Amino acid sequence: MSRAEIFNRIRTGLRVGADDSARHAAVQQRLAARAANLVPQRAQLPHDECLNLFIRMAEESAAELIEIQHRSELASAVEHWLGENGITQLVVASDENLQDLAWSAGGTLVREERVAEAGDEASLTNAFCAIAETGTLMLHSGNDSPTTLNFLPDNHLVALSAGSVVGPYEEAWARLRTSTAGEMPRTVNMITGPSRSADIEQKLQMGAHGPRRLAIFLIHEE
Amino acid sequence: MEVRSKEFKKSAHIALHDVNLQRALGNLKAGFPGKRAAAVARLPEFDALRDQARDLKNHILEHLDLYLEEFERNVTANGGTVHWCRTAEDARRTILELCREQDAKTVTKGKSMVTEEIALNEYLEANGVTPVETDLGEYILQLRHDHPSHIVAPAIHLTLDDVATAFHEHHHRPKSNDPAVLMQEAREMLRKQFVAADVGITGANFLVAETGSTIICTNEGNGDLTQTLPKTHIVVSSIEKVVPTLEDMTLFLRLLARSATGQEFTVYNTLSTGPRRPGDRDGPENFHVVLVDNGRSDMVGGELQEMLRCIRCSACMNHCPVYGAVGGHSYGWVYPGPMGSVLTPQMVGIENAGLLPNASTFCGKCEEVCPVRIPLPKLMRHWREREWEKHLTPAAARGGIGVWAFFAKRPALYRLLAWSSNLFLRLVGGKRGRIRKLPLAGGWTDFRDMPVPSGKTFMQQWQEQKR
Amino acid sequence: MPTPRPKVGLFVTCLADMFRPEVAFASVKLLELAGFDVEVPQRQTCCGQPAFNSGDREDSAAIARQTIDAFDGFEYVVGPSGSCIGMLHHYPELFAENDPWHRRALELKARAFEITSFLALHLDMDKLSSSFNGKVTYHDSCSGLRELGVKKQPRELLSKLPGVQICEMEEAETCCGFGGTFCVKYPEISNRMVGNKSENIRATGADTLLGGDLGCLLNMAGKLKREGINVEARHVVEVLADMLDTPAIGEASSVGKAGKGA
Repeated sequence: MSRAEIFNRIRTGLRVGADDSARHAAVQQRLAARAANLVPQRAQLPHDECLNLFIRMAEESAAELIEIQHRSELASAVEHWLGENGITQLVVASDENLQDLAWSAGGTLVREERVAEAGDEASLTNAFCAIAETGTLMLHSGNDSPTTLNFLPDNHLVALSAGSVVGPYEEAWARLRTSTAGEMPRTVNMITGPSRSADIEQKLQMGAHGPRRLAIFLIHEE
Repeated sequence: MEVRSKEFKKSAHIALHDVNLQRALGNLKAGFPGKRAAAVARLPEFDALRDQARDLKNHILEHLDLYLEEFERNVTANGGTVHWCRTAEDARRTILELCREQDAKTVTKGKSMVTEEIALNEYLEANGVTPVETDLGEYILQLRHDHPSHIVAPAIHLTLDDVATAFHEHHHRPKSNDPAVLMQEAREMLRKQFVAADVGITGANFLVAETGSTIICTNEGNGDLTQTLPKTHIVVSSIEKVVPTLEDMTLFLRLLARSATGQEFTVYNTLSTGPRRPGDRDGPENFHVVLVDNGRSDMVGGELQEMLRCIRCSACMNHCPVYGAVGGHSYGWVYPGPMGSVLTPQMVGIENAGLLPNASTFCGKCEEVCPVRIPLPKLMRHWREREWEKHLTPAAARGGIGVWAFFAKRPALYRLLAWSSNLFLRLVGGKRGRIRKLPLAGGWTDFRDMPVPSGKTFMQQWQEQKR
Repeated sequence: MPTPRPKVGLFVTCLADMFRPEVAFASVKLLELAGFDVEVPQRQTCCGQPAFNSGDREDSAAIARQTIDAFDGFEYVVGPSGSCIGMLHHYPELFAENDPWHRRALELKARAFEITSFLALHLDMDKLSSSFNGKVTYHDSCSGLRELGVKKQPRELLSKLPGVQICEMEEAETCCGFGGTFCVKYPEISNRMVGNKSENIRATGADTLLGGDLGCLLNMAGKLKREGINVEARHVVEVLADMLDTPAIGEASSVGKAGKGA
């Protein structure tokens, strides 16, 4: 009943007539076209400059940027970062390209592949892509990538392939649609820096509820 | 929430003399406007984006029913359920039902102004379900039995000490005046709640018709924990938030954070599309979208339709000199500032909220900063016209305008009125040049001197010169 | 035979008529300097804004029709107030699109100008000269600024006067709290706004406050005097037209009783 009432009022307000074909066509057209609206110049750069923009914007958002040449260096870079910060526990996503990394044998690091739990110190996930325009990472849920890994642990480490850094958001949507054959994942996260709040007397503090620190490992070559 | 907009003048008086509030409002003034200006300066296309956003919102509203239908189709296709609620009461009952289906005892909540609008928390509590606000500002307010005074920074009216005291009383920890310590306490306390919650309720900044997705924009990450950990995720959203495609959503996102806090982008922008997929190891098993009308469908096709473009950024109140003087609680209900002055009469009746659209000089700053170019002064004037038609305008004001208009429509008599008022003021003011106290003009002379006319009226002098 | 000069109808404004005719006289002088013949239609009274902003559309429309009639036949209509001319620009909203008055209102709107923006378009600014000497600060009245785009023009005109030094105030564009009936309907809030404005004015170190709207100027001058702040207030056209004999707004008169023409 509510549904019908709401729609009736809207249609009455809009004076929808017996022949509503024009409006239907307009809606179908817009939905099908998925046309980009105005895209800022800032985001329309050749790939190299995109990368530089991404690094600048990500650092501006208080994310940490660690550049590595090749994915084979990822494990040691991660271990190094964790060691420097006294972190001995890591939960890892199950993405294919996070398998078979060259983790050190032995050592004090406790590594698990599972969903996150409260109390987890750090997580390592893989970014689907990144948007240079605002220094934003795009990650999405999937069998291999539980969303809780992006939010529950105190520290969030993200592996990002340089080749997946795009300029504007529009390119990220195009890639997402292609990669998932048009089926939206359950959750798509766009993350720009670590968690923060200024709710206490307008003073900005990091680490509200999400991760206190966000460390992006930018991998130049796969 | 009780409507106290009729007490605006009294509340404003208290607010103007509240030292702590004035300091807090000073912080707001020193922060948001400058940050927005800096963000705007960095993006040359900002004004062009505003034009597009306005036009797109107008297009959406002209096709609102069709986009809502598409949204519902896609939510359902992805395993979610859409609930349509015409009134606040419908929405409350629907949400309670959904909580009961889960046998929910505690419910975590992300920040949602529409849940304030429908007065959800009190209703849930009265019916045995405990809502736990998780946005830091809302959490603090909940501890204090207080309400938001700003739609983006809800606890902006509080001091550090207010927060420290509330935490000390509720967390049973030693009182700390260090914001970092306080935030850490809140983080610890709320982590347990996130994990224990049976149901998570969030709002939505936008609804995407193309994909049947909802999106929330937060800086804290509380919305994400609220919606990912419990078995059921309920999104509560008003109906006008639907946008056609992901690209269209992007247009608004480019304007939202910049207009609100001056950030390039909010930290966490999260799109949710239905419940867990086969193989997902986390995420809610149930996904519900509760769509709230509460008077909005009545605005479509009417003089207030433009107000439905609002994306709840708060730029208008951040730049409003009236809000900046009296703060959000003075407005007496859920939505303060210029947007609140237009929306509140629509939702609670002009007879209960008439003071709000009248408490404006029509300076136009709100319209100047609105990302979707809502002509807020024009809409406030619309309410003044409705009041006039219904004879709700205070008798003195109506009478005064009536007398003045009588003369203004009759030039010869107007000259006489001008001549006599002019003479009167000159006689009272004498050589001093100004009058310190004028009966019937206490509103003016209580606070400032009234300058005396410099001589005879212009029209008199002009006529005399021509002879 | 010399070409007749174009005719400008002066929109006096209520406040200039009642409180400060100098502003209207200065406007006439400046318009003549710009090469126009100026007439003052007698059937004008008020722009109608008090009725319009009170929600009284009927009286607003009646006054609008009267004003449109009064200014028929003038190539331009110019007034020393962004607020009043802004109101003239609202006239089309008062009539349905198929109402003949709607078209006439649009025509009036097309030729109605706030004075500094008009002068910026038509006056050879090198002709300006003034004996004014001192530091000034400029208040941007809301309607002029946001409805009519008046911002650079008064400053451009003032920059032509070597004796004028402009010191911009913080928040020059923030409302002074006058708002027509607002200042008497919500006096405490208005007072807070004008108090903030006075403080910003004082902080510039300027001796004179200038602006383009008498409502704002009376409001600010009244507050400055009450606060004992030693800043004079004048309408910008007084300085531009070098008509500085009259004491500034709210200043005591040193000549005879109650100023000119008692």
